[in-house]
Amino acid sequence: MGLIVAENISKDYRVGEVSVRALKGVSFGIEPASFVSFVGPSGSGKTTLLNLIGCLDKPTEGNLMVAGTDVLHLDRKQAASFRGNNIGFIFQDFNLIPILTVFENIEYPLLMVQKVSPGDRKKRVMTLLDAVGMIEQEDKFPDQISGGQKQRVAIARALITNPKLVLADEPTANLDHKTAYLVIELMKRMRDEFQTTFIFSTHDQKIVGEAEIIYTLEDGEIAGKRAKGGKKNG
Amino acid sequence: MEKLLENGPREGRKMGNLFKIAVRNLRRYKRRTLLTASLVMIGVIFVLLYISVSGSFKNMMVGQITDSMLGHLEVHRKGYLASIDNLPLNLNLRPQAFKKLADILNNQPEVEAFSPRIKFGGMFSTFVETTNIRLNGVSPDQEYKTIPLLPSRIIRGQKTLNKGEILVPDLLARGMKVNVGDTIVIVATNKDGSVNGKQFKVSGVLESVSGPGGRDGYIHIEDAMETLRMEEMEISEVAIRLKHFGQLNTFSEKLEGLLAGEVNKEGKPIFEVHTWEKLSPFYNIARMIDVMSFFIKLMLIAVVLISIMNVMIMAVYERIREIGTIAAIGTLPGKILSMFLVEGLCLGAMGAVAGNILGIIVILILNRIGITFDFGMQKGLVLSATIAPRDVMIISFIVILISVIASLQPAFKASRMEPIKALRHV
Repeated sequence: MGLIVAENISKDYRVGEVSVRALKGVSFGIEPASFVSFVGPSGSGKTTLLNLIGCLDKPTEGNLMVAGTDVLHLDRKQAASFRGNNIGFIFQDFNLIPILTVFENIEYPLLMVQKVSPGDRKKRVMTLLDAVGMIEQEDKFPDQISGGQKQRVAIARALITNPKLVLADEPTANLDHKTAYLVIELMKRMRDEFQTTFIFSTHDQKIVGEAEIIYTLEDGEIAGKRAKGGKKNG
Repeated sequence: MEKLLENGPREGRKMGNLFKIAVRNLRRYKRRTLLTASLVMIGVIFVLLYISVSGSFKNMMVGQITDSMLGHLEVHRKGYLASIDNLPLNLNLRPQAFKKLADILNNQPEVEAFSPRIKFGGMFSTFVETTNIRLNGVSPDQEYKTIPLLPSRIIRGQKTLNKGEILVPDLLARGMKVNVGDTIVIVATNKDGSVNGKQFKVSGVLESVSGPGGRDGYIHIEDAMETLRMEEMEISEVAIRLKHFGQLNTFSEKLEGLLAGEVNKEGKPIFEVHTWEKLSPFYNIARMIDVMSFFIKLMLIAVVLISIMNVMIMAVYERIREIGTIAAIGTLPGKILSMFLVEGLCLGAMGAVAGNILGIIVILILNRIGITFDFGMQKGLVLSATIAPRDVMIISFIVILISVIASLQPAFKASRMEPIKALRHV
């Protein structure tokens, strides 16, 4: 069974008096330890789809299984708990907590979301700090490091709970091209190291090429699926 | 930088981390935190000052009234108090009744001393001029034990009172141009209506004090009996001093219970017991001071509530994206609620601690300066402002509790925020 199984999912939004269908009967499956990208222009439904997979929102129609759980029937608290234990998030604006140091930002999910012993926490944070190359910056606050470094910290924070899945919405949008590549490379390396599935959205065609499976979204529908080294579908 | 992780019991660590996060968030907006904490601090200082000064004033006045005139409580014959302005001699306690009362009082461990008094009105004559006077016939030893400040009210002459001597109130002495050592005559009507006079030597002049009995003269109880031609001692009132003033109400109830069984031939009670509160109009002022203290505390609550709530609403509004982030990565709503509650608590605690420290320093300075005030005829009373640790703790508790309550609505709003909407917030 796939890590994510989406069947015919749709999502409607109300904008004033008008109902807008952001996703139109989308179906797909994603296997564990994949490196997947959703691409498409603004308004194509990338963020909506990632929000649904990340249990931040619920589809209007369809079925969605994430890590073997039917996420449609989770209440607020269950959804928060599910996210804390199964999903890591990387945001376009990094979203680090400004009052916490690099170390503490990475440690935060273990401290506030999961119950991990202090010794284990420190070990895991140090491992990830080392993996993302930020061990020298552990005592710095977010406003003391560069954008690329912030995103590395965000990657480490997303991985600290050993999630099955990391969702990254436009993770390179606020980075220069070189840094963006480095971040994507880091994500891929983390996937290899921790066997975590990475799903990211982007509209940067150069970055898209780094993904192993690419879903193209247009007007809320999957217009195509391309596997690296494989043939194009859709 | 000190890490958030620490060793120790898990729940303690969690709370410790919430406090650390709260303190860091407060430090983030230094000026705002400082302003709000200062507002709370100023409120606490004012409340402490008001409570300490008004409380000290009240205690001093109660002390003056009970220790220099009334005693802590008094026992009269039933119906006497209703006619006390007339000093009715026909409502005095009979010797047997007084003996019963004295026996009861002698067996009460709470009683420090008691003093029987014969109160009556008469004419005060210097052979040149005559005026009215209210007199207390007392046993000096017992009276001085019951009313320990009485000797300090004797501003001229000797501190003792012997047979044939009179302590004259200052206003009367000045009006009648009487000096210590002068001879005067007291003329009084006894309960049968016959008039009698007796010569006295002025042994001292008494400082007048505000309140009932504050302008009365004092003579020896045997002189009072002689002037009124009493064959047996008939007592107008018995003033009682307790070992501990705090026992006043419980002992009053106890004494009422003990005296309830003493009834006359008609089966009606012989005695009535009154605490100083029922005898002095100052009690209403004391009550007023308590009511004002309550309203001052209400104002403090309003200041804390509004200022903390305002800051916490701002804090939530400014951190919507952060709330979205921590909610997205799995922080449970209850924990988000706790974060903001702890932040409000810390803000209130900062104000309370600073306010208590500064308030106590200001009280110490006031005592060092030595503020004086006048109360009725008494001039230059030195105010000794004190604050009980209990009051400091109560005020701190109120401030911290109100800070948490003020943070509830913003904290609840933060915890109920949809992460997806919060993350979109610009």
